[in-house]
Amino acid sequence: MLRLINPQQEFLRYRRRMEIAGGIAALLFVGLFIRFLWLQVVQFDHYHALAENNRIALVPAPPSRGVIYDRHNTVLAHNFSASTLEITPSKAGKLEETIDRLSEIVAIAPGDRRRFKKMLAESKNFESIPIRNLLSEEEAARFAVNRFRFPGVEMKARQFRQYPLGEGFAHVVGYIGRIGEKDQVRLEEENLAANYKGTDHIGKLGLEARYETWLHGRTGIEKVETDSGGRAVRTLSRTPPVAGYNIYLHLDAKLQQVAEKLFGDYRGSLVALDPRNGGVLALVSKPGFDPNLFVDGIDVATWRELNDSLDRPLINRALRGVYPPGSTIKPFMGLAGLELGVRKAGDTIADPGYFTLPGSSHRYRDWKKDGHGMVDLKRSIVISCDTYYYGLAQQMGIERMAGFLSHFGFGKKSDIDLDGELSGLMPTPAWKKKRFKQPWWPGETVVAGIGQGYVLTTPMQLAVATMTLANQGVVYKPQLLRAWRDPATNKLSYAAPQIVERMHFNPEHLRLVTEAMVDVTRPGGTASIAGANTPYQFAGKTGTAQVIGIKQGARYIESQVHARHRDHALFISFAPADNPKIVIAVMVENGGHGGSVAAPIARKVTDYWLLGKLPEVYTPSEPEAAEAEEEEDSPDAGLHSPVPVTADALIEGGAQ
Amino acid sequence: MIPQLLRQFFRHLDGPLIGLLALLLLASVSVVFSASGENGDRLYSHLSNIGVALAAMLLVSHIPPQRLMQFALPVYVIGILLLLGVALFGVLVNGSRRWLDLGITRIQPSELMRLALPMMLAWFFHYKQETLRGRDFFFAVLMLLIPVAFIARQPDLGTSLLIAASGFYVLFLAGLSWKVIAGAAIAVGSALPLVWNYLLHDYQRQRVMTLIDPAADPLGAGYHIIQATIAVGSGGVAGKGWMMGTQTHLDFLPERSTDFIFAVFSEEFGLIGNLFLLLLYAAIIWRGLQLAAGAPSLFGRLLSGAIVLTFFTYAFVNMGMVSGILPVVGVPLPLVSYGGTSMLTVLVGFGIVMSSATHKKLVKT
Repeated sequence: MLRLINPQQEFLRYRRRMEIAGGIAALLFVGLFIRFLWLQVVQFDHYHALAENNRIALVPAPPSRGVIYDRHNTVLAHNFSASTLEITPSKAGKLEETIDRLSEIVAIAPGDRRRFKKMLAESKNFESIPIRNLLSEEEAARFAVNRFRFPGVEMKARQFRQYPLGEGFAHVVGYIGRIGEKDQVRLEEENLAANYKGTDHIGKLGLEARYETWLHGRTGIEKVETDSGGRAVRTLSRTPPVAGYNIYLHLDAKLQQVAEKLFGDYRGSLVALDPRNGGVLALVSKPGFDPNLFVDGIDVATWRELNDSLDRPLINRALRGVYPPGSTIKPFMGLAGLELGVRKAGDTIADPGYFTLPGSSHRYRDWKKDGHGMVDLKRSIVISCDTYYYGLAQQMGIERMAGFLSHFGFGKKSDIDLDGELSGLMPTPAWKKKRFKQPWWPGETVVAGIGQGYVLTTPMQLAVATMTLANQGVVYKPQLLRAWRDPATNKLSYAAPQIVERMHFNPEHLRLVTEAMVDVTRPGGTASIAGANTPYQFAGKTGTAQVIGIKQGARYIESQVHARHRDHALFISFAPADNPKIVIAVMVENGGHGGSVAAPIARKVTDYWLLGKLPEVYTPSEPEAAEAEEEEDSPDAGLHSPVPVTADALIEGGAQ
Repeated sequence: MIPQLLRQFFRHLDGPLIGLLALLLLASVSVVFSASGENGDRLYSHLSNIGVALAAMLLVSHIPPQRLMQFALPVYVIGILLLLGVALFGVLVNGSRRWLDLGITRIQPSELMRLALPMMLAWFFHYKQETLRGRDFFFAVLMLLIPVAFIARQPDLGTSLLIAASGFYVLFLAGLSWKVIAGAAIAVGSALPLVWNYLLHDYQRQRVMTLIDPAADPLGAGYHIIQATIAVGSGGVAGKGWMMGTQTHLDFLPERSTDFIFAVFSEEFGLIGNLFLLLLYAAIIWRGLQLAAGAPSLFGRLLSGAIVLTFFTYAFVNMGMVSGILPVVGVPLPLVSYGGTSMLTVLVGFGIVMSSATHKKLVKT
């Protein structure tokens, strides 16, 4: 099929085809132009925003956390700065490989990898996660040189929290730890999450938790231009962070250390309060633990060891240890008897060594087998006569007893500025009915009279009750916080003492009880050895709390009892009795007798506080020197300082 | 004397086309400079690429079409042999066999085919012009499909389709029957599901899927498209200004001086710049087609027409890809992207166009 080709025809067909092709091309270009119109005009805002998002990163600038000082500006918690290496997973490519390559430059321990993996699993993709903390200068320099090889890996200067005094202060200062899921949920609920961008630690315990909002500060924001590797190219604008408040405590670090040392190997707790304002001078819970372990995640083995230890170092005994108050309840019972008119000062009883309820043969024994003979109220406190209080309690009745004692804070939280406090127990028939669905038995009132049975207190409650006695009825809320400084204004503000209740007692009754307590530490009293030769009036009361019940007719013989079943030794005190400056409650777990174990601790702590006298067992380890503070504005100014000042000057001055 | 020599030297060049090409190359130099982050070496190398390609264009414009025709068959045959060599002994790079190692240097025979195939087909129709029969189209299609199949097997689907297009333009301009075109279109359309399921490699399917939903894999396959679209869109009407593109200068755009250079241009010069670029391309194509239509020989008309239409195709596919309406295929923006081979091929093509238009009508053989 040969075709005749007319060149003219052929050329026309070529032209037509070319026009068609050209037309199609033109149409396609128009299509492109429409696409450009769509992207660059209609969708411009959208893409503009995306480009800005690409380009501009809002980098949170975490504030530096407030420092915690004791009353003499001794640092209890502070920060130091160190370099970390952090990886942004979304920008780092293959993580394993990146880490392997990094490990050629800086040491990366298997633990670092484990922690990284754990945090990676918990994190969001765009956050940077530390792979190595505390880089040495050499390592930092080596990474800086090799930085270009590691997109998505950055060296950051981070602040680390440190507790220079360690173990003895863990229960007061607490610690910060990584923000966990629960913390995150709480922060989001409280609308604080934004302020925690860039911060990865939060107060978990103690003051660190209680004053978290103050200590944390306000996060700043830096607007930076970043390249696709996430590296900041330049800073566009910056809202600087505002550091957290520095807080200053009533606590005296040295006093606390003195008290702690005095416990020796015993477990227990000591609370020292300033009766003039409720300031907490010392809050010891032995054993303690090193809070520094918790800051960057404690390892499982160490945690288990702490948590499973029979010594329970993680429990703050001052607030969460509940013990029967034993005989330390007697001064309050005595005052109750007088105030409620159940007893008069001169009323005496004959103590045969036991007490029986009418119509019962059950003997409630006195600690002294043969009894104390004739006992009046004052003597009942001095010699700690049980029989006197068995009878008194029975006459008073549990309702009236609970009603009176609860004004001293028994069975109520002290509301100290720490979390997790337990309220102890001041039992009533109503409580028992609710709790056990059982009626109240008269015998239960009898044993409550000597602080046994259902009655439970924390060392903090005992201290608050004793402070109330020392203050003639004024109940202060115990406070650790004395002052705080807002770094933005550099203004120092003081925490005002808070009066919870002001009771009015007959001064005669108060004087009688106080005199009895002073006599406790004098010859003939249960703490006469501990109280020997005090140059001040030392009012105290011993107590011994049973850990296990002793059968009828059996006797408690200390040497035959398992060490952990021995009685708890208790002692409460205030001094000087005529112008109290320090109130102490001591509890020594399984310490045996209050007079022989607990009272000497209180005596020596009081000696130190009032006289500046260091006990012999105390080998001084100087707390870290306070940071230089401007003199006149320092919260230290005019404060009681036990060591260099003479006793007389102390007793006269120092009031605030 | 000297002006006359110069005139002699440039006499096969077309003034308007050279002017338009120069404008485009000027734009190219400025964008490449911006895209390479003010990198002087890159600029220098780009300028020397342009110089070499312009010299080659000038040289080619002096080669009369009848001389060129003599090369058509041997070059095509050598090309086919090289493609066969690639299939048998090719170097495997990134999972595909595109390169042939000649010992001294590596070559990519598919590049050669970009010109060899339309040349071969144009020569074939020119040769048959007096005796053209229906079955000659069948042979022509065969000549087209052999290299295309080789290249598609490498696999390099993008290049094979573009080469197929350049061959198709020759057939189309030579008068391929509309019935055949319609039939082929239907056949291709109905074969698409089969191709999708059996012939396409995973990465090719992924590219198409990515086009439909780039957000499915924002840091992987979708990253190029997303970042390029952001660059284009954020350019707005007036653009961010030369050297001011944030997507470009902060390293968000990949391949920004080569295949994605249009994103840089769009970001920095905006819709106005894009319109200017489209018009410039349209003008070049217009002038090219005019020259092609004016070529005295059928060979010249067919080859020039195919070259110009291929030029259009590259420009369209590249801009379509960067603005997110076509899948990502490795196609540079002709005469703008950095890269010596592409620059050379395109300018040599225009050299042929100008040569075909300016040499006197041949004596029929």
